[in-house]
Amino acid sequence: MGLVASFFGQLCGKEKKPEEERHLRANDRSFNLTYQYANNAIKTSKYNILTFLPRNLFEQFQRLANAYFLFLMILQVIPQVSSLSWFTTAVPLMFVLSITAVKDANDDINRHKSDNQVNNRIVNVLVDGKLKNEKWMNVQVGDIIKLENNQFVTADLLLLSSSEPLNLVYVETAELDGETNLKVKQALTVTGEMGDNIDALAGFNGEVRCEPPNNRLDKFTGTLSLNGQTAALDNDKVLLRGCTLRNTEWCFGLVIFGGPDTKLMQNSGKTTFKRTSIDHLMNVLVLCIFGFLASMCTFLAIGNAIWESREGSMFVAFLPLEKGVDSSLSSFLSFWSYIIVLNTLVPISLYVSVEIIRLGNSFFIDWDRKMYYPKSDTPAQARTTTLNEELGQIKYIFSDKTGTLTQNIMTFNKCSISGKAYGELFDFTGHRVEITEKTEKVDFSWNQLADPKFVFHDHRLLETVKEGNPDAQAFFRLLALCHTVMPDEKKEGELYYQAQSPDEGALVTAARNFGFVFRSRTPESITVVEMGKQVIYELLAVLDFNNVRKRMSVIVRSPEGKLTLFCKGADTIIFERLHPSCKKLVEVTNTHLSDYAGEGLRTLALAYKDLDESFMDEWKQRHHEASTALVEREEKLDELYEEIEKDLLLLGATAVEDKLQDGVPQTIEQLAKADIKIWVLTGDKQETAENIGYSCNMLREEMKEIFIVAANTAEGVKEELQNARRKMSSSSADKPSVIKARAGLFWLQKTETVQDEEVDGEYGLVINGHSLAFALEKDLQLELLRTACMCQTVICCRVTPLQKAQVVQLVKKYKQAVTLAIGDGANDVSMIKAAHIGVGISGQEGMQAVLSSDFSFAQFRYLQRLLLVHGRWSYLRMCKFLQYFFYKNFTFTFVHFWYAFFCGFSAQTVYDEWFITLYNLMYTALPVLGLSIFDQDVNDRWSFQYPQLYTPGQLNQYFSKKAFVRCMMKSCYSSLILFFIPWAAMHDTVRDDGKDIADYQSFALLAQTCLLIVMSIQLSLDTHYWTAVNQFFVWGSLAGYFAITFTMYSNGMFLIFTSAFPFIGTARNSLNQPNVWLTIFLTSLLCILPVVAFRFILIQLRPTINDKVRHKMRKEALPAPTKPVRVKRISTRRSGYAFSHSQGYGDLVTSRKFLLKIPVRTRPALFTETDSPLAQNQPQHYRTITEEPEGSQSP
Amino acid sequence: MMASSYNAKDEDGHITVTGPGGGTLRSKKPENTAFKQQRLPAWQPILTAGTVLPAFFIIGLIFIPIGIGLYVTSNNIKEFEVDYTGVDMSSPCFNCSQNFSWNSTTPCTCTIPFFLEQPYESNVFMYYGLSNFYQNHRRYVKSRDDSQLNGDMTSLKEPSKECEPYAYHDNKPIAPCGAIANSMFNDTLELFYNDPNGTKVQIPLTNIGIAWWTDKHVKFKNPGAGEANQNLTAVFQGTTKPLNWRRPVYELDAAANNNGFINEDFIVWMRTAALPTFRKLYRIIKSPSNGMMPTMPRGNYTLEVVYNYPVRSFEGRKRMILSTISWMGGKNPFLGIAYITVGSVCFFLGVVLLIIHHKCGNRNNSADISN
Repeated sequence: MGLVASFFGQLCGKEKKPEEERHLRANDRSFNLTYQYANNAIKTSKYNILTFLPRNLFEQFQRLANAYFLFLMILQVIPQVSSLSWFTTAVPLMFVLSITAVKDANDDINRHKSDNQVNNRIVNVLVDGKLKNEKWMNVQVGDIIKLENNQFVTADLLLLSSSEPLNLVYVETAELDGETNLKVKQALTVTGEMGDNIDALAGFNGEVRCEPPNNRLDKFTGTLSLNGQTAALDNDKVLLRGCTLRNTEWCFGLVIFGGPDTKLMQNSGKTTFKRTSIDHLMNVLVLCIFGFLASMCTFLAIGNAIWESREGSMFVAFLPLEKGVDSSLSSFLSFWSYIIVLNTLVPISLYVSVEIIRLGNSFFIDWDRKMYYPKSDTPAQARTTTLNEELGQIKYIFSDKTGTLTQNIMTFNKCSISGKAYGELFDFTGHRVEITEKTEKVDFSWNQLADPKFVFHDHRLLETVKEGNPDAQAFFRLLALCHTVMPDEKKEGELYYQAQSPDEGALVTAARNFGFVFRSRTPESITVVEMGKQVIYELLAVLDFNNVRKRMSVIVRSPEGKLTLFCKGADTIIFERLHPSCKKLVEVTNTHLSDYAGEGLRTLALAYKDLDESFMDEWKQRHHEASTALVEREEKLDELYEEIEKDLLLLGATAVEDKLQDGVPQTIEQLAKADIKIWVLTGDKQETAENIGYSCNMLREEMKEIFIVAANTAEGVKEELQNARRKMSSSSADKPSVIKARAGLFWLQKTETVQDEEVDGEYGLVINGHSLAFALEKDLQLELLRTACMCQTVICCRVTPLQKAQVVQLVKKYKQAVTLAIGDGANDVSMIKAAHIGVGISGQEGMQAVLSSDFSFAQFRYLQRLLLVHGRWSYLRMCKFLQYFFYKNFTFTFVHFWYAFFCGFSAQTVYDEWFITLYNLMYTALPVLGLSIFDQDVNDRWSFQYPQLYTPGQLNQYFSKKAFVRCMMKSCYSSLILFFIPWAAMHDTVRDDGKDIADYQSFALLAQTCLLIVMSIQLSLDTHYWTAVNQFFVWGSLAGYFAITFTMYSNGMFLIFTSAFPFIGTARNSLNQPNVWLTIFLTSLLCILPVVAFRFILIQLRPTINDKVRHKMRKEALPAPTKPVRVKRISTRRSGYAFSHSQGYGDLVTSRKFLLKIPVRTRPALFTETDSPLAQNQPQHYRTITEEPEGSQSP
Repeated sequence: MMASSYNAKDEDGHITVTGPGGGTLRSKKPENTAFKQQRLPAWQPILTAGTVLPAFFIIGLIFIPIGIGLYVTSNNIKEFEVDYTGVDMSSPCFNCSQNFSWNSTTPCTCTIPFFLEQPYESNVFMYYGLSNFYQNHRRYVKSRDDSQLNGDMTSLKEPSKECEPYAYHDNKPIAPCGAIANSMFNDTLELFYNDPNGTKVQIPLTNIGIAWWTDKHVKFKNPGAGEANQNLTAVFQGTTKPLNWRRPVYELDAAANNNGFINEDFIVWMRTAALPTFRKLYRIIKSPSNGMMPTMPRGNYTLEVVYNYPVRSFEGRKRMILSTISWMGGKNPFLGIAYITVGSVCFFLGVVLLIIHHKCGNRNNSADISN
């Protein structure tokens, strides 16, 4: 065997990549080393000290903008072409490159740190027969390591043995695939026998052959050869890196894949780089600008050719042409010269500034205390710093339900027992008292088995129970008996319930605290501690829950021998089966139920029935026959159940609250006002989702209609969707109106946009999983999109993670709207990645959603602040920045264009070279940054007050191609003024002492001073929010300009760098002239006045929402925030039997079968509660049921 | 069980996480500074009728008087201009302009009579004006060596490459090098007053104080300016004069403080013009010291031109300009007219805006914002 192995070893060793099969031997490092498998060290960093500079520069020059500027710099070195000194481009380029390099270096240092941290984690490794602490990075393939409870799995391991019976191991795979339910892995019996016997493990020399490293999380194939025997290995025997060991004291594993070969690392591929719509627009615009630049230069080059042939050739006496240069060559050269002069149309600082602004706005998000959640000490986090302005343009929000809208905590909230409602507090006058955290809680300390986390406020209920009220006792006895919860009592008195649905857990816990403690169960009995007294009920039958029955019953025999059927279920179903004598009680209970449903509580009706022994015997006989029947078993059973579940006596009703996150309804209302459409995509079943839809105010009673699409065929779905659409808009055409367009760089992208359609009211749409699967098919998806987009609210139930992403992509593709996905679980990851913006709810157990998100915070309600305040501001700031920035640079550059007509198209610049160098870098950099980091049109509170302020962003109103063209026109006007007013004022004039002032240098100084002053005033006009910083930046920059100008034009600078500063004395000689200042004044005014007049007229004639709010803000104080009233709906709607599980445990409970099976694996994980990481303060405790309850007997 | 009432206070940062040791617990809670919370105190101006309308009226009211003042001042400035290019056959300089050659040794002189209708008081400034002369052409502007002009000995011997093709001639460095220097204006203009009694009096022209002080004293220096008893001829030994020049640079003027690179005519020429039509100060006619007589009384004058400078080839024009000046410089009616126009437009706009505001503004602004 060893011979064969070594043979293979040689074979494999010689083989180069790619690896075809992995072959390793346990505890044999030297053997395994021959294959040169990667060890467990990981490296996510990109550079080291030596490679940093070349690699980073290489990467940076791959960016178009940087390469362009490099190209410009090369052009400037050519003397025939160079119209500007090399430093005008080199200085900004260096600046930009170094800033980016510093940022990259910083990022990489962080990556190094996190790599180090992970690599230096300690794990127990079996070396030379002893367990030794070893760093993760030193773990090799073939090592045997020991993991303890709650430890991260070090590498991809083959499970050898564990502390649990049957060599089971429980792992949480949240980091890997996000599913928070525990998974079970089981070791092979051969290896499991070794247990924690170190000697046995050290002597273990099994050989593993398996697949090469890959990224499939759900598959593993391989074999283990041990002592000549070969066993197959599959995914159940492998622990993957990234998982966490849970509920398992220890386990031993053999390292199969290490570090970069692990499935986790193989999966962490490149993240798709998200770009904002402004980015796309900017790319298009920059391209347009390049085109524009080229055409301008062509025009000027042609001008140059004409001038050279007409004037220049005559002028040779004074200005000879260089040798071998004729007018056509000169024109060609002047084209490139003008490319250099006019390159400021696309200034390098644009990209840098944009990044800085986004970074600044991201910091403001990180720093916001109003998005900080104190309970989990979680601040909001902008994980991607390049998407901020997109937050101000969201049109669709896709939200997960559990854990995002709801806390996934069910609380027993209210109940109605034989016509008496409990759970609310009233003061002396009989008014309802709002229950807050300070309200006194009912003391359950008398009951030693009570769950300490259970909270209830109404004392009357407990008193009623203690008084021995038979109805109340029966009520809780029912709750303690009629369920499929499994108890778990590891220590005496420490009772945990494992309920499949949190609702059941809540009900049983309620019963437990009110003195009816469900203690243990066997397939044939249920032990309950009733008011401190242990009572064992004989369990005769469980009439299980299913979707059609919407109820479940148990039949038990009390120790006294009384036979009773307890039934709980959807109220409508129960009421149909009541004894006529309950009629009065039904009426009262019904009103209570209506109240509960109105508050969005999940309700259940409870009823019981005493049974005859003889009837029961006979029924049981038939039940046995039916349950063993070979044909139509289900139908027969159903009939039997129908037969026995009638003439019930009503006990009352329960109301369980699926606790929403704080502020969810208010947030949704605000977002709806901001014209954002919210779609809930949940894995829950329809009733639950609908229920939440009501309680968080998405579905409303006022809505004209709520359509439910639940067909099971493609045709059915199509018909239902079409019917819904026709109802909403009778004129709706059969074919969607699709606008086809082209977009993107070079107009290469084809886009199709489905137009919004007019609707005559508010509608809601609920679509279930089956229908959604059909609706997402190619031929139906437009149908779905049209119908769904006409509705105010869309709720999709039973959605798989893939479908979530599909829905997002559908909207993205056909609506060209900005989408946001918010979720907390790993099943939301696909949707978070698919949407333009992904938001993760942090502070929960699984971090997967957060890790792949762009923004994260702890509570859903912060979404409104993120969008309505930060998003809006970011968008506003970015748009203002872009408009101003383009204006600033166009104006700057166009002046050169006009000057070309006066300098023989010779690419002479209007301004001093130093001014050109410093204009974007210094003189205007800080003020515009100040504007675009601090500006706010209205403050956050007004933003909340008027959510409609958000809508301009959705419609791209602040910056678009149109705005860009407007901006260009404005620049054109300004540049005309900026050139021709000084021209008219200065040509042919002199100083007040008769000397020169119309010389080139004085003119340049005048033109650049005018420009800078006009730009400062324009900036001031655009600034709506003048903080001290803004003031400082604006005045400081102006002062800086004058200071720098005077310095550079001073004697000293000239004497030191004679050729660099030829403008000596210009500032002194011309800025002391009154006519120069009069010209500056006139120019500035002429540039600004039309803008002011135009803006004023716009405000007067067509004020925007922003203008109105700003006006209002000036006149009035902010209205005090109205205290949110808990909306109480008068509802005729009745919530269904709201259990969130699909199938009952009934069969399992009564049979021994379940005891051997592992339910987690049988359950289709994606369709159940997997999107619900458990909140920490959850009263119920869920664990995989694997062990046999003690004392169970065979049925 | 508790009703979850959304409490805005939660979010206002009133909950403080403090550890048992008096806040030693490090919480990730962001700092509560005005900067980080974006609550910096700020002035939030908006364009209201109350600010915009008065601004327009005030600007109008300020600009119109300034404009009138400027216009009047400009009108009071006396200016006389003679075009002596000699384009027309009738022009006295026609012959000179036709027979031009750079190398001609015999100067061509022409005489232009003119009549001043008004007496010119105080200092009168005499300019030469050139049109269609592209002193602002890129290749022209850069064709100089500032170091050489600043008296740097190395640059004197090795002129900068920028001066090409006027850097070397016959393997000798050109001083001053470059196209600008090479094309220096070299007409000589002289003015004569024809006394009513028939005598022809030459008017004294000052050629000192026509350049910027900074240019004369800082920017331009003769090589070896610091040494005592400098001999310009010796200093410029080994260099050659610019091609078009008739005399070397050290023979520009007899006066030592106006010779070589610091010759003011040269300095004035070297300050290149921004636009292709420009005027440059040529001479100053100082007002007589007694001040009783006008500097240039009304009457007949003669301008004698030694015609050296060719401009016909590129359709240029040469002018001689006599001008007085005021506090706002030379004659330029543009500023005055522009100020009056802008002031009036402002005023008019103010009225229009007022009407607009009256008719529409109140309606729109008081309208409630629909929710």
